Amino acid sequence: MSALHIGLSHYLVLAALLFVTAVVGIFLNRKNIITLLMCIELMLLAVNTNFVAFSSYLHDLHGQVFVFFILTVAAAEAAIGLAILVLIFRNRSEISPEGLNTLKG
Amino acid sequence: MSVTPFLFYLFAAVLLFSAFRVVTASNTVHAVLYLVLAFAQGSCLWMMLGAEFLSITLILVYVGAVMVLFMFVVMMLDIKLERHSQGFWGRFGLAIFIGALIAAEMIVVLSTVGHPDITPSLMTVPDGAGRASNTAALGQILFGEYVLLVQIAACILLVAMVVAISLTLRERKDSKLIHASWQVAVKAKDRMEIIKMPVAQVAAPAAAEPAADAAASTGGKA
Repeated sequence: MSALHIGLSHYLVLAALLFVTAVVGIFLNRKNIITLLMCIELMLLAVNTNFVAFSSYLHDLHGQVFVFFILTVAAAEAAIGLAILVLIFRNRSEISPEGLNTLKG
Repeated sequence: MSVTPFLFYLFAAVLLFSAFRVVTASNTVHAVLYLVLAFAQGSCLWMMLGAEFLSITLILVYVGAVMVLFMFVVMMLDIKLERHSQGFWGRFGLAIFIGALIAAEMIVVLSTVGHPDITPSLMTVPDGAGRASNTAALGQILFGEYVLLVQIAACILLVAMVVAISLTLRERKDSKLIHASWQVAVKAKDRMEIIKMPVAQVAAPAAAEPAADAAASTGGKA
């Protein structure tokens, strides 16, 4: 893992750092659902970077197919999550996730 | 000396910086814009890895659709920003500790295990021995081997669209919408009602009051 020779480990370490940044963001921004959703998007970017890196270094395109489907599901997740967010804001006039325990018995 | 390692480090640095700003930005609009920057850097990295189609898709789908959707929602909702930053720095120490722990573990594992049988193939098309472009190769795999999954993904997107619309759709109470079929099918008796009333009972006070008014005004003037 020399510095000037970009290998697979470089991409994996970068993806790991990105994932960890997103995890730290979920810890930090517990009052803001929008930032939580954005942290999830960052995690998905890190995981997809792993997939693409392995796909490139193993000469196997199937990893990129997986990235394609992950992107599809992530877009659906973002759309539904934001729709739920709009509903929450319409009903409660705030988006703090700490008051969202009305289903608790 | 190739310029590729420096490009990698540049993209990686900007990617990590923008990810950090996404996490720590107090203004949500700034966070969304930094997330757009992060996706652009990720797209550049994917392009360096030879995944051209996914790189362009990341820009088109994520920056062009999902991030714009985020931006719409952030700007539509009236979010009190200062309330959400309460307790932010109180959790910072714990979050940094856990993050550093996870990162150190991952980096130790990734850098010590090694991948001896993986040869680097930067700037080459993966699995592209006889094929011209990454997009064509990916399309042949997607619509050959994975055609059922493509259709399932299409169903997922359709369901997501229906769910998102049905969740946020609401009947507006103040709408002045007029249905054309009701308007065409209307009859005269629906709109106008003729009421028969005895004439003398109503007309007598109505006739007496103007007369009294006229008499009063003329009397005042005289």
